[in-house]
Amino acid sequence: MKRFLLSVLFFVFLLFLWEMAFRAKIWSPVLLPSPEQVASYLKGATVDGTLLHATVITMRRLLIGYFVGLILGLPLGLLTARWNLFRDTLGTMALGLQTLPSVCWVPLALLWFGQTEAAMLFVVVMGTVWSVIIATETGVRNVPPIFRKAALTMGSKRLHIWLKVILPAALPFVVSGMKQGWAFAWRSLMAAEIFVTILTGFGLGQLLHYGRELSAMDQVIAIMLVIVVIGLLADKIFFSPIERFLHRRWGTSQA
Amino acid sequence: MARAARRSSATQELEVIAPSKLAIDNVSKSFQSASGTVLALDRVSLNVAEGEFVCLVGASGCGKSTLLSIIAGLEKPDSGTVLADGKPVTAPGRERLVMFQEPALFPWLDVFGNVLFGLKLKPNLSRKDRHDVAKYYLELVGLNHFEHANIHELSGGMKQRVSLARALAPNPRVLLMDEPFAALDALTREQFYGDIQRIWKERHKTIVFVTHNVREAACLGDRVLLFSPRPGRIQDEFKIELPRPRDINSVDLAAYSSRIKKSLKILRQSDTVARE
Repeated sequence: MKRFLLSVLFFVFLLFLWEMAFRAKIWSPVLLPSPEQVASYLKGATVDGTLLHATVITMRRLLIGYFVGLILGLPLGLLTARWNLFRDTLGTMALGLQTLPSVCWVPLALLWFGQTEAAMLFVVVMGTVWSVIIATETGVRNVPPIFRKAALTMGSKRLHIWLKVILPAALPFVVSGMKQGWAFAWRSLMAAEIFVTILTGFGLGQLLHYGRELSAMDQVIAIMLVIVVIGLLADKIFFSPIERFLHRRWGTSQA
Repeated sequence: MARAARRSSATQELEVIAPSKLAIDNVSKSFQSASGTVLALDRVSLNVAEGEFVCLVGASGCGKSTLLSIIAGLEKPDSGTVLADGKPVTAPGRERLVMFQEPALFPWLDVFGNVLFGLKLKPNLSRKDRHDVAKYYLELVGLNHFEHANIHELSGGMKQRVSLARALAPNPRVLLMDEPFAALDALTREQFYGDIQRIWKERHKTIVFVTHNVREAACLGDRVLLFSPRPGRIQDEFKIELPRPRDINSVDLAAYSSRIKKSLKILRQSDTVARE
């Protein structure tokens, strides 16, 4: 409770600084709107549904792309961990492509898929899949061989070992890879939405883009705030509970 | 009716079964290392009677752990055979369970989950049977109040107790123990000596126990076999004819362990001479 209060106090203080900076008129109000203006934009956009609509579109792209990335990445990661043939081919490719900032996929996605949802999805999948492959592979390779031996003597075999021993043993690595994949996917989707206007749906990135076009600074800041809040919520709602579980069970250090 | 039948299958599962006898015949095994080929086991032959407690003693790297892995079926010998109750050992199996030096417990499961792991792989056991059996073994090793503790919260000694319960739970005929107490402090270890003798008697298992602690071997074993390193061979054999339960600090035991140590010393000297 005390920590929560401290957080609230901190953000109230930031708001106060912002308001002071606005009142001091150091910068033109076009460049620095007041907190009130931003709040009124948020209110207006919420009431007329723009904000909710854009959030739903963005989240849909993100979640579908992310889960496709996971569903592809996990088994591919297991393959690269299991057979050196895959490690030397797919694994090396994943390592290389993971270093590529995922926004670099945007031009290619546009040329291949045009201004379509498929292009968006492609960028998000590319942001996710390589991190997940690499984390899964590292996780599996770090499983102590003695776990396998112990399981073997108890009568566990092939698929059972993979599902009940190796995968759970690799979980801490897999989760950190999922988290990194999420961060990459989120960033690349924002970049894609800002660059590309897609007629099938206006996401948050597009709202941000039009805010710039119209020099509507209140809109720009408001949308940025929404993006930050979504990132925070994803962490608190999705990843924090998993990490707390890992911490409790494994005794790993809390991130 | 169904309930009664189920209960009886848990009872059946907990029945003391006949331990098995082991026949190890002319087993050799070599490894490739940086300095060339190492002959870890050189034509080792050994018979273990049903329900016998045999200790293998030797310096580290003398091949005794390799022999244990081969009996477990985790490694294959280059030549020679291992028979358990007359049947050749070709793969690991739950009739021969291993307790390792490291606890090797699964950190993603709690204590109860770890003990259940092997039981879940046994066919024809209902959920309730498995729970009853797991509870029984946790009580047997003295951990009945720690069912839902996480592994990382346990002390080293408690982890080895869970490990022992996990190895006992599927009711193996042979228990293979690979220096299970080596990483524990002296006090915890001494508690284990009493417990393991009690459990061995109660559950009636064939035990092959690897250690480099001579006194420990003399305290636990019906027979103590001395291994010589490079190439790994059984060099000497001691029958320990002391009543049980044995106390690690007893004087009679000290006499035995000093005899074994003397033989071990001669072995080391000859080893040094051979290498020079």
